Amino acid sequence: MDHEEVATLVSPGSEVLGPGHTYGSVTDKISSIVLTRGTGNKYKIGLGISVALLIGLNMGITVLMAYGVGVWGINIPVGWGYAITNFVWWIGIGHAGTLISAFLLLMRQKWRTSINRFAEAMTLFAVACAGMFPLLHMGRPWLFYWLLPYPDTMGVWPQFRSPLVWDVFAVSTYATVSLLFWYVGLIPDLATIRDRATTRIKKIIYGVVALGWRGSAKHWKRYEMAGLLLAGLATPLVVSVHTVVSFDFTIAILPGWHSTMFPPYFVAGAIYSGFAMVIALAVPLRKYYGLEDFLTIRHLDNMGKIMLATGLIVAYSYVMETFMAFYGGNKFDIFMIMNRMTGPYAAVYWVLIAVNLVIPQLLWSARIRRNPLYLWLLSFSVQTGMWLERYMIIVTSLHRDFIPSSWGMFHPTRWDWIVFLGTIGFFFTLFYLFIRFLPMISIFEMRDLVHKTAEEARS
Amino acid sequence: MAEFISAEELLEASKRASEAGYRKMDAYSPFPIEGLAEAIGFYKTKLPIIVFCGGLFGCCGGFFLQWWPNVIGYPLNIGGKPWDSWPAFIPITFELTILCAALSATFGMLALNGLPSPYHPAFNVERFAQASKDRFFLLIEADDPMFDLDRTKQFLNELNPREVSEVES
Repeated sequence: MDHEEVATLVSPGSEVLGPGHTYGSVTDKISSIVLTRGTGNKYKIGLGISVALLIGLNMGITVLMAYGVGVWGINIPVGWGYAITNFVWWIGIGHAGTLISAFLLLMRQKWRTSINRFAEAMTLFAVACAGMFPLLHMGRPWLFYWLLPYPDTMGVWPQFRSPLVWDVFAVSTYATVSLLFWYVGLIPDLATIRDRATTRIKKIIYGVVALGWRGSAKHWKRYEMAGLLLAGLATPLVVSVHTVVSFDFTIAILPGWHSTMFPPYFVAGAIYSGFAMVIALAVPLRKYYGLEDFLTIRHLDNMGKIMLATGLIVAYSYVMETFMAFYGGNKFDIFMIMNRMTGPYAAVYWVLIAVNLVIPQLLWSARIRRNPLYLWLLSFSVQTGMWLERYMIIVTSLHRDFIPSSWGMFHPTRWDWIVFLGTIGFFFTLFYLFIRFLPMISIFEMRDLVHKTAEEARS
Repeated sequence: MAEFISAEELLEASKRASEAGYRKMDAYSPFPIEGLAEAIGFYKTKLPIIVFCGGLFGCCGGFFLQWWPNVIGYPLNIGGKPWDSWPAFIPITFELTILCAALSATFGMLALNGLPSPYHPAFNVERFAQASKDRFFLLIEADDPMFDLDRTKQFLNELNPREVSEVES
């Protein structure tokens, strides 16, 4: 008996799914990328560049460990330079992935389905990059374990009241929860790949990591419950992690840092840069892997809207910072703002305003939001802007604080750049490996979307 | 084991099997189907309690972790500030609550589901690989008190499936 000629459910499509798909077609499309497609030249070149940067990172870390943090441009007064800028930038980028996976799940937004897998992967890799910096930026990195609460022979404990220690817990929790959430989401898809594996080795490897998943209804029930609970936990986690990161600054009394506005400002900024990174990844993926049916223009439109909304919150924060400095009348705050606008780092400030505030206003236009190329280019503007924002907050407040005799300047060295670009290489290396070996779109959720779309069309 | 083409057919079949008195059965689908678990007689999961207990452990544990060193173990007089500065202990307590709750959600779900499970008889049926693509299966276990190879096979055939197969254990 030939079974294949029987037609299964065909989805008529919707705003977030191209027409004419079945459970089988979405499965085949996504799993074929992993199992049969192989890698083309563009992939190899991209991976090659990423690995080259990763090798640079390796060199940079070695030099850093051998000679100490003096190889970077940090000094007194500017004790924090690229390392903390990069740390906050990468963590911020990570937050969008969790927001998409967790928050949009709770809000039952269908458009999250095709983007959540690679966005969550992006989060994991971004957190991996971020997590390196607190360790690297230490003067004596071999003593990093002193940050952890273990009963030691001296009877001494970490300073639990310090945001730097809060960071340790927040970022570790975030990394762990993101990994769990991502892996749990992958299990049914790993089973799909296992069942479709073309060679014995692939079958064994995917079979092991799929944990024997068979799609039992009882398992699905607990699975969905776990997914909802994890989503419910991850959403406040996102807010809390970047809040704790912002506390690194707010707890200090420096003008420009000691601001109660930082937590929401940082969280909004994180979502802003995070969605920019998701767009920067989504646009090439949909083009080169032919995923326009799954990553539709509607997705790009929605992501553009979220970018715009969070960008406006960030813009509001800039305005408020400036206003409050003058409204409060504190001469140090006023000087801090004037120094940002007219001092030695004025160029950074004005470029920041241009790329973070002015250019993204183009997102008001639906034509721009719905054009993949323009949206993609805009995402770079936003990501640059968010990096410059962190740089500006850190350096301008540190280099000129209260007493002029303490003033100084910060200039990055080549090792600052090598390590920074190296982490970008690390990120993309991991991402390239991810899209090669794992399904970059959640297969079972796409099947569910096909089912729901067809049901809605029928009723 | 019976194979079906659509989710609705499987749901209907499961309900009929449950009405017929079968208790030990399982349904397999490539994505979660609403109401299917209830149709085969599975209603309550212990997972929320497990997660709550995990979160509670993280919360109390996290707070205690900070409280004990600062109040009893090695209290440090910093500007006369109180030993048990509970507002300062909140961020870590919160993070550890989330961490322990998330760990218990993940490992609790896996443990309750019996995963990793390297072997299951259902995989002996070759068509079962389609359960992770676009086919739906209903399995009636031999442990079921009402199970009889021929009568159960006949019953399954009445549910209008694509195919009925026998599962070797």
